[in-house]
Amino acid sequence: MTLRFDIPEENFADILVKAFTNRSFLTGFVITALVAAVAIVSFFWTPFDVTRLIIADKTQAPSPVHWFGTDHFGRDIFSMIMVGARNSIAVALVAVGIGMGVGVPLGALAAARGGVVDEAVMRLNDLVFAFPALLSAIMITAIFGPGALNAIIAIGIFNIPVFARVARAGALAIWPREFILAARAAGKGKALITMEHVLPNIVTLLLVQGTVQFALGILAEAGLSYVGLGTQPPMPSWGRMLFDAQTRMVAAPWMAIFPGMAIVVTVLGLNLLGDGIADILDPKSRRQR
Amino acid sequence: MTAYLLKRLAIALITLVLASMVVFAVLEIIPGDPARLMLGMNASADQVELLRNQMGLNAPLALRYLHWAGGLLSLDFGRSYTYSVPVIDLVRERIVVSLPLALIALALSTIIAIPVGLFSAGRHGRAGDTIAMGAAQLGVAVPNFWFALMLIYLFAVWLRLVPAGGFPGWSAGVWVALKSLVLPAIALALPQAAILARVTRSALIEVLNEDYIRTARAKGLPFRAVLWRHALRNAMIPVLTILGLQFAFLLAGTIIIENVFYLPGLGRLVFQAITQRDLIVVESVVMLLVAAVIAVNLLVDLSYAVVDPRLRSRQ
Repeated sequence: MTLRFDIPEENFADILVKAFTNRSFLTGFVITALVAAVAIVSFFWTPFDVTRLIIADKTQAPSPVHWFGTDHFGRDIFSMIMVGARNSIAVALVAVGIGMGVGVPLGALAAARGGVVDEAVMRLNDLVFAFPALLSAIMITAIFGPGALNAIIAIGIFNIPVFARVARAGALAIWPREFILAARAAGKGKALITMEHVLPNIVTLLLVQGTVQFALGILAEAGLSYVGLGTQPPMPSWGRMLFDAQTRMVAAPWMAIFPGMAIVVTVLGLNLLGDGIADILDPKSRRQR
Repeated sequence: MTAYLLKRLAIALITLVLASMVVFAVLEIIPGDPARLMLGMNASADQVELLRNQMGLNAPLALRYLHWAGGLLSLDFGRSYTYSVPVIDLVRERIVVSLPLALIALALSTIIAIPVGLFSAGRHGRAGDTIAMGAAQLGVAVPNFWFALMLIYLFAVWLRLVPAGGFPGWSAGVWVALKSLVLPAIALALPQAAILARVTRSALIEVLNEDYIRTARAKGLPFRAVLWRHALRNAMIPVLTILGLQFAFLLAGTIIIENVFYLPGLGRLVFQAITQRDLIVVESVVMLLVAAVIAVNLLVDLSYAVVDPRLRSRQ
């Protein structure tokens, strides 16, 4: 291994050029920005009101008026998907926040202290990993009642060990480096070194994992809402829309097709974005590709 | 080697015990009295109290845990509150649906993913690789229950090749029963196969950069032989790790997929038990699934030693 005294600093302009010549990043960025924009616009405007039921318009096929058709209550599917985007993003984002907020300090602590603390954190991780995530999410929502908030907590808890693991592995790679030794020689404590030197150097890793977990959170929220334990009606959610569509597959297949495509496009965009960020900021993965 | 095995075994056992405590504790704090639930709203307080005593619900917490855990070890899971039959009978009835489903899905995912990974790694950076990985990227993004709905629409509603849901039971004939597991298995397997293919590819590409691969090529071995004989075996560790994790995903996935296809499996049992507050069934099935995950992860750890002789010699 060659000696390196610090992570090579790249200036911001270089990174931007790299970002906008990276196919993965560019596609992911455009898709994600589009989904986010749709979610924001839905606060101010949707083609139709998603809370008004117009039974006369029920299960209409896609047309110039209703681009994605209407559901069994005559609601405009395109408008519902717009509002659903807001819901999916909110749930997944907060769940990632919980996972990072608890997991990263735990992982950093395990790496800094080692020994018994490290062992305890790792065993705790094993414990949470032993529960199939969706099963436990179903348990949590079933115990504390269905709803978006409990779905967020359930998904968030299962993000904790993921971030703890990534933070620990990243931090363990930073601790033996010379600039850490220098900081210790200067008399800095472990907590200060973690804050000032370790965390800034693992931000990339956390960012990449964050986009992956964000995407998984959207899938999990859809799954929970599909079995009736996530977001509750009348708030439109993509998973719930698919549940409503299931028994009407023959008469109104568009009710199933469009919400599903919304999930696929959003998750695809986030995964591409994550791959792109990893490509741009991690020299090791760039060499492999 | 022995030390490695013992450590993994000890960790698995500790995790299992801790998990059982968590499951027991979580279900303790759920509101609702099972005795009251069984007797209905019209039962008197005395009747409820009597049943509580019979069910052992008034014993101290630690004692109840030991009793419950001891029962699990001897496969005595207690009786279901709602069905009034031993839980083990319910489990036995349902596991013959879920286990074959999960195994078929796992096999399907591996059969698809490994060749795709090999194909992509062998054509690293060329058109075939880009197309295969684009498809995998798409596969990762597809929610399995939506994919299931699309499969139902295409193969059951439109082409009428397979049933749209339900399970006739193995007594109806193996072929008939298998036919109703085909779509659920594909729905479960494809998103997992996409993940596995990506992992296989990147593990292979990393291995292909090693010096011993260059040596193997230099001594005149054809690329295909190097890929299969030298690279694949060395790339197995990350692939096995993901396979172990996927087993957990498949088990959880069956809960939703069994609900899509109305399959009478463990997933549907636990889901119905949750809505009916049949706690003893929830406890037992969750513990069973958790034990299965821990066991599979232990097997994966042990298989590392088999595929990687370096781990065997290391003390």
